[in-house]
Amino acid sequence: MALLSVENLSAYYRTEIYGISRTVRAVDGVSFELKPNEIYGVAGESSCGKTTLIKVISGNAKHPLKVNSGSVNYHFGAHDVDMLHISQEELRQNLRWKEISYVMQGSMSVLNPVRKIIKTFEDIVATHQGIPDKKIFFEQVREHVNRLGLPPEVLTSYPHQLSGGMRQRVAIALATVFHPSLIIADEPTTALDVVVQRGVLQMIKDIQALSNNTILLVTHDMAVHANVADRVMIMYAGRIAEEAPTETIFNAPLHPYTQHLIHSLPMIGERSNKVGLRGAPPNLANPPSGCRFHERCPYVMDICRTEVPELVTVRDGHRVACHLVKENSL
Amino acid sequence: MFRVLRDLLRYDGRFRFAFILLAAVVVMILLSFVSPYDPNKTFVVAMDLPPSLEHIFGTNSRGQDIFWWLAFAVRNSLIMGLITAAISRVIAIIVGLTAGYQGGWLDRLLMSVNDSFVIMPLLPILILLGFLLRDMMNLFLLGVVLGFFGWPYDARLIRSQVLSLKERSFTRTAVYSGASGFWITINEHLPFVLPIVFATTINNLLWSIGMEVTLSVLGLSDLTTPSLGTALFWANQHGALVAGVWWWIAAPALLAIILFLGLYLFFASINEYIDPRTRLRLIGG
Amino acid sequence: MRRFILRYLIPRFLQFLTIIFVGITVTFIIPRLAPTNPVEAQISMMMARGESLDPQSIASMRAALTDLYGLSGSPVQQYFAFWGRLLRGDIGPSLANFPAPVSEMIGQAIPYTLSLLVTAVIISWIFGNLFGALSSYYPKNKALSVIEVLGQAVRPIPYYIVALVLLVVFAYFIPIFPFGGAYPVGTHPSWSLGFLWTYIKHSTLPAATLVLVGFGGWFIGMKSLTSNIISEDYVVYAETAGLKKNRILNYYIMRNALLPQLTGLAMSLGAVFSGALIMEVVFGFPGLGMLTMAAVLRNDYSMIMGIAIYSIIGVAVAVFLMDLIYPLFDPRVRYQ
Repeated sequence: MALLSVENLSAYYRTEIYGISRTVRAVDGVSFELKPNEIYGVAGESSCGKTTLIKVISGNAKHPLKVNSGSVNYHFGAHDVDMLHISQEELRQNLRWKEISYVMQGSMSVLNPVRKIIKTFEDIVATHQGIPDKKIFFEQVREHVNRLGLPPEVLTSYPHQLSGGMRQRVAIALATVFHPSLIIADEPTTALDVVVQRGVLQMIKDIQALSNNTILLVTHDMAVHANVADRVMIMYAGRIAEEAPTETIFNAPLHPYTQHLIHSLPMIGERSNKVGLRGAPPNLANPPSGCRFHERCPYVMDICRTEVPELVTVRDGHRVACHLVKENSL
Repeated sequence: MFRVLRDLLRYDGRFRFAFILLAAVVVMILLSFVSPYDPNKTFVVAMDLPPSLEHIFGTNSRGQDIFWWLAFAVRNSLIMGLITAAISRVIAIIVGLTAGYQGGWLDRLLMSVNDSFVIMPLLPILILLGFLLRDMMNLFLLGVVLGFFGWPYDARLIRSQVLSLKERSFTRTAVYSGASGFWITINEHLPFVLPIVFATTINNLLWSIGMEVTLSVLGLSDLTTPSLGTALFWANQHGALVAGVWWWIAAPALLAIILFLGLYLFFASINEYIDPRTRLRLIGG
Repeated sequence: MRRFILRYLIPRFLQFLTIIFVGITVTFIIPRLAPTNPVEAQISMMMARGESLDPQSIASMRAALTDLYGLSGSPVQQYFAFWGRLLRGDIGPSLANFPAPVSEMIGQAIPYTLSLLVTAVIISWIFGNLFGALSSYYPKNKALSVIEVLGQAVRPIPYYIVALVLLVVFAYFIPIFPFGGAYPVGTHPSWSLGFLWTYIKHSTLPAATLVLVGFGGWFIGMKSLTSNIISEDYVVYAETAGLKKNRILNYYIMRNALLPQLTGLAMSLGAVFSGALIMEVVFGFPGLGMLTMAAVLRNDYSMIMGIAIYSIIGVAVAVFLMDLIYPLFDPRVRYQ
């Protein structure tokens, strides 16, 4: 039974100012499912729609972002939630942080600069659960961060006294306080050096193993996906290009974009020339017709220019949207 | 430039309002050139007449038509304001650019002096100056003096802008490609600095004309020249309120309000239009 | 702690000294640059008043006045003598109220100006910031929009004009408040409740002027600051985490927005002070403003110098005090 089912989701940014109106089709017709107890990766280059997708899924779509069509449904064991039609108050009281939590992009700056870390913990727990006894609460938080490998001094520090990597891990600790069923992590390792990255990734893996929850990991860094993800979804220009178990994505990608992505990763011992894709990511205010990748695709055919390729299942767990690939052909 | 005005006129109600106010002021200034009364002559019409069709703002205790006298007043006040603006812009740009580009001890020194001027209460000092110069004080001199005191706030703004520009990659690219410092300043940086200069000019105008009003009311400027401040001074001299000639006070006050409000709203609207962050805020709802 | 003192306190203290130094020096230089010689002006004024003096008296008078004005000796000597006298609190006698010392007269006037200023500044700062933040966080609120328009309308108008308008409307057309002064003629200042009540009645309009003009400025500033902060990562994060709006407003937004506003407060003290001075003239309020006006009218040169000097010192001290308070609010300055 899926934890989250997203069907045909479209979300656009509409702006209107000084007489100029624009519509950016950031997410267009996306359908996928999240299973319990897995790490699901979403990959793609900048402005492919990953962050917009996350915002809509987590109920953070604010004007000028508006959902155009589609559905987002959660199945938390006991109850189901329709994310698109739930009230903000209900969302805040029942879902936020208890069932769904969010590690934001740029977690360096998500902590209030004028409050100590422990106060931020207090804010979150007090809002959602209440703190009957401060001493017990403090002990619990200390245990929690300890388990995640953070020194206890972190709690009584101010954010600017901690390093970037430390702050990132604090953000993750904050996100896991209530052991939610779904943790959404947006670019958790960007802007960190490799050593710290390893620490963060280890933390993520440990959390998942401990709580058996689902983690949705969004990053453009394919190495991260290779390291932690069970399944990976490749997005391009607001649409899904391919989705498959991690090994398949890396060893046998079918979509030309995925193939190029994988091929461009440096691998030890390999000395081939890396070539860039011609062209540039499309302008989502005025997206190309048909397959949005057709202007850059090395295998482009006539049909690609006019018809949008459907996302078909080629094998159990492997979906591709490309005119080159037919349904169930493997 | 015109596109900015056109967009603002069409979409920003506040700007339209400001535009009307300022247009009224400009009309009044233009009218001063065809005034039927010489502002320097007194007792040319009946005294203390309330506002009527013949005398739009009434007449004062010196036998002058207030409306036409104020037309000159507004013109003079504005001219003085522009003199101050010009002088203080020049100083502000020089100080701001120098401090920003040179850095080091020169920067710290300049900014220290700069901040002192910002924090210091200027009025007592200006009163001192006005007091001492009162024999030879006229509106022009006042404009110059104010110009020498009105630069610090803006110099600091310019300096911050220069500091951030220095670090931008396009600056480094220009330097690496061999462009001279001067060329970079003029061609690459000035387009960023000039909008700030423009925005601060209006602020400066507000400040300097306000100062002029204040100093004139105290009697520290050339009292024979019509200006918004001297209008109020003469009204006070003749005890206008006590004598019941309230329109003598109301008219310059009203004009002053129109001028200041118009300038300020004009400035705020343009600022919002230019600043990309406020644009985002307007879009974001 | 030591680092804090080194990195923060000492530069601020040096800044404090610089302000005083620059201010006093400017006050020293200006009269000496002016073409008018106060001694000669004084003498010619006395002669114009009809006092006839023989050349010897004039000479000794001239010498005495020169000494009084601190104009004896070379400019450098004058400068040091100036500082010497200043440090002793001696600015010389007021010329109009000879021989009352300037310092004493200023001392009598200061409580009025100060009480007005402090009250008005605190009220306008607190309420301006509060409403500005609210108007930014609850943008659809009609009442707040009205307040915003009013605030914006009053803000650019010089203090004098606002004072005038208030006077004309509330003391002349609709006589609620008294015309001027701080107390009716004949009453003696005291700490009695009766006096305090009259005092409050008389100082309402002046205070209202200061509050109105200041309010708009803080409102607008806070509103734009808050708007920027609302899109900051930590606020978005707090909202994502599901914190209540009140808590976010309080701990996340206001606490952060108030920091630059505190600095702004320090920076604006000089300007507010200037505004208060001129506004006192409108209301005949017996503070420094009236003292200045009287001094200008009667060519009391020493009084004007004295007021300038004390104003500079007063504002510099106030700013330094604010600098000392600031670290209490911003932990980033406290722990480097």
